[in-house]
Amino acid sequence: MKKETTLAELLRQQGVSRRGFLKFCSITASLMALPPSMVPAIARALEQARRPSVIWLSFQECTGCTESMTRSHAPTVENLILTAVSLDYHHTLQAASGSHAEEARKVAMKENWGKYLLVVDGSIPLGNPGFSTIAGIPNLEMLQEVAEGAAAVIAVGTCAAYGGLPHAAPNPTGAVPVSDIVKDKPLVNVPGCPPIPVVITGVLAHFLTFGRLPELDGLGRPLAFYGNSIHDRCYRRPFYERGQFAESFDDEGARKGWCLYRLGCKGPITYNACATTKWNDGTSFPIESGHGCLGCSQPDFWDGGGFYEPLSRLPGGGTAGLAAAAGAGVAIGLGASWLARQRQLKARGQAEEDSR
Amino acid sequence: MMKSASLPPVEIPPPDTGNLHPLLHEIRHALARLLEEGEPTIIDLRALPLAPGEERRLEEALGEGEVEITLQALGTTRITETRYSGVWRVVHLDANGEVLGKTIEITTVPTLLPAQPGEMARALEELEGALGSEDPGE
Ligand code: SF4
Repeated sequence: MKKETTLAELLRQQGVSRRGFLKFCSITASLMALPPSMVPAIARALEQARRPSVIWLSFQECTGCTESMTRSHAPTVENLILTAVSLDYHHTLQAASGSHAEEARKVAMKENWGKYLLVVDGSIPLGNPGFSTIAGIPNLEMLQEVAEGAAAVIAVGTCAAYGGLPHAAPNPTGAVPVSDIVKDKPLVNVPGCPPIPVVITGVLAHFLTFGRLPELDGLGRPLAFYGNSIHDRCYRRPFYERGQFAESFDDEGARKGWCLYRLGCKGPITYNACATTKWNDGTSFPIESGHGCLGCSQPDFWDGGGFYEPLSRLPGGGTAGLAAAAGAGVAIGLGASWLARQRQLKARGQAEEDSR
Repeated sequence: MMKSASLPPVEIPPPDTGNLHPLLHEIRHALARLLEEGEPTIIDLRALPLAPGEERRLEEALGEGEVEITLQALGTTRITETRYSGVWRVVHLDANGEVLGKTIEITTVPTLLPAQPGEMARALEELEGALGSEDPGE
């Protein structure tokens, strides 16, 4: 059967040479934020990897997460990762619709019971089962049914991870995240509105390589991507340390590229990889384009009290943010982000040990 | 040349993450390790925040060496030696020419270069096939 082919064979069939495969592995290591010294281990693991079946369910969402992934800036690698998995159900991307699509889902579930990966974007409305349905099946029912046979669940986007926009006050549909429903399966949150494409594929690549989900933080996010705050890795950080802040979007400070803290930047309390991975073919990220971070990978970022309010003026979040920023401030002079990276590499060294 | 209009010059100090200098030291340590213990190092540039302009300064600091290699494997990969022997810059592109990854390798021969055993075995079969003999040496 096709799914029994290993990834290495699959690539060879597609005319990818051994050097091409090694290049793929080294880019994958970089995607997974693993040190390059792990490339040989990744190559060994991927050579043996079987194609996992993936079922992708979209609930209360805007399709932005799927857009993000399919428009990602590394088409070859993303395509290869997608080739490497067998995407058996995704109602936006698949050709089949209606009862045929549902049939495909049932078949994939049956054939791969206990082994498939379930990817979810969007939140689940508990207010009324009719608020959001697919082929007449309420989201809650479908999630419970598909999750039961899944090896692991990946909640893609802030809606699936923390409820997101539908969950924002007053939460008219009674939206909840996947983690409120699925309690007995390995679950990883990949938040962001939308998440960075390579982070989505990075998690898939990690599963392919190691057969398990990556190491997570307290909010269920993979540490490799969400281990540092935006503020920790922001190139405007030296301006922050020197107290040079833009006070409006068109003042001298803004034009000189000073820190956007006073314009509401949520970088100090937001954990994500935007500052290094960047967006739009690696062009830039919001702060590089002159706008503060909205904090879209954090729970309840919509209800944070104002995108343009400085953290210090916000109740609760402000004090927490300031304390975090002040604590990290000790590292100046040596390059705060440099030290952050060294810490992360140390943590990854452990992962490397584990994989041996 | 056209004279610039009456817009006042905007003075932008080069942003500085403070990462460039430590990076060059990391390269220096790695080169010393390669020389003394024969241990190669790969540094992933994607893992490091560099401000706009800092990447160019890194390029300038590393300069150009004697070797320039282009590989066609899953898109183009460009490998160039820097002015420091044993320090290579590796840029992976995809089929559309977009950058997928950038690393600095501190090693004698970059990892992607040597011919791969599996492919040499297949090449031998192919060559034998082309010559129409199991053992072309006979
Ligand atoms: S507050 Fe925002 S703009 Fe300022 S250094 Fe932190 S992340 Fe960068």
